Amino acid sequence: MANIHDIIIIGGGPAGLSSGLYGSRAKLDVLIIEKGNFGGQMSTTAEVENYPGSIENATGPSLTERMRQQAEEFGTKFVKDEVVGVDFTGDIKVVKGKNEEYQGRTVIIATGAEPRLAGFKNEVELRARGVSYCATCDADFFEGLDVAVIGGGDSALTEAIYLTKFAESVTIIHRRDELRAAKSLQEKAFNNPKIKFIWNSVPVEARGEEIVEGLIIKNVKTGETSEIPVNGIFVFVGLDPITEVFRGHIEMDERGYIITDTEMRTNVEGVFAAGDVRQKTLRQVITAAADGAIAVIAAEEYINEKFK
Amino acid sequence: MLELNKENFDAEVINYTEKPVFVDFWGEKCQKCLELMPDVHKLEEKYGDKIKFASLNTSQNRRLAIAQKVLGLPTMIVYVNGEKAEVLTPDKISSAADIEEMLKRFYK
Ligand SMILES: Cc1cc2nc3c(=O)[nH]c(=O)nc-3n(C[C@H](O)[C@H](O)[C@H](O)COP(=O)(O)OP(=O)(O)OC[C@H]3O[C@@H](n4cnc5c(N)ncnc54)[C@H](O)[C@@H]3O)c2cc1C
Repeated sequence: MANIHDIIIIGGGPAGLSSGLYGSRAKLDVLIIEKGNFGGQMSTTAEVENYPGSIENATGPSLTERMRQQAEEFGTKFVKDEVVGVDFTGDIKVVKGKNEEYQGRTVIIATGAEPRLAGFKNEVELRARGVSYCATCDADFFEGLDVAVIGGGDSALTEAIYLTKFAESVTIIHRRDELRAAKSLQEKAFNNPKIKFIWNSVPVEARGEEIVEGLIIKNVKTGETSEIPVNGIFVFVGLDPITEVFRGHIEMDERGYIITDTEMRTNVEGVFAAGDVRQKTLRQVITAAADGAIAVIAAEEYINEKFK
Repeated sequence: MLELNKENFDAEVINYTEKPVFVDFWGEKCQKCLELMPDVHKLEEKYGDKIKFASLNTSQNRRLAIAQKVLGLPTMIVYVNGEKAEVLTPDKISSAADIEEMLKRFYK
């Protein structure tokens, strides 16, 4: 018979890795299933300045590696697979991967979120041809070139500042005349000579035959359109949860975020959710890690009650 | 796996006609690319007899990548007779399984 794990964690971002650490320290049999890169969104960012303790060598990949090692040291098991289906109806939960089927007493969903599209013309057609959602992945291409950044939150500003190390100029297009980002980031951005702002504007169309050659923007106050000559368009306008696989199996809000209580319990017994995938106000590494820890404590309590 | 650069790209990819050529466009700072690499090596063991495997470090060969219209990572391309036959952009690659599916279409 297949091995039944105490906790199956779907997703190896900071929420999943933190669950792995807490679960294995509690001597539970913990498996993390990750389809892509460990660290999730965290592994794609150049700098995580606001996670307590991460000052030196605070790049996303290095923080990821340290979190992964720490979980592994206590016995967390890792597998590379993509979860494509689940059956949460029985006492033993079934998680179907592309390669294998897994069984667990509990499941923690930590599948995170992915960048939302900004919705301009040719955004999809010119993806990876100048339109990007990952500055650390693609910044190299834009050495000495002009790029635009869409968005006005923390991510948009952090990544814009990172891009100035490569690009000739970085133009931030924001739909309002005020930023949402943290004040310290705003200051950094305003003081950076390579960064320009265009306020009250939204992207309408990426221009270019095979690669991006320009971006048409529209002023939302005046309705006027204009074109800025850029070869790169980096989009940071928010996130959508990765929950398609769980639709119909657990309760979600209208945007697909999973609804939990403060102990990370979903509406299905034995199934928990942690991190960006959850309906909540602050989506950061620190809150993802906290969710992951709380979920394990709730899962452990459930296991002790249910399977004693 | 064959490492491509501007000296050998034309000979190994564009003017090569024996079998399809799979090119893994990656970069030194692209975490997703680095994570996929061991899996791509495994795919070479499995499909390497009928598909030629090559990789291109875009951090070292930026112009060459841009000339191939690659400005986003990871990107995986299969060339047949020097022409792009199929392109997987980053949004189409969530795991190595997606790359394998593409390769199967050329494994004849
Ligand atoms: C550009 C950028 C910069 C950021 N900067 C900061 C910062 O400076 N400070 C900060 O605190 N936060 C920052 N964040 C936010 C932070 O990265 C996220 O809040 C955090 O990573 C969320 O963690 P998570 O574990 O919930 O989800 P994720 O990090 O999204 O991880 C989810 C994981 O689940 C995997 N997965 C999804 N579906 C499946 C499936 N079906 N099967 C198997 N695996 C699956 C994914 O591949 C992924 O690895 C940034 C985010 C971005 C995008």
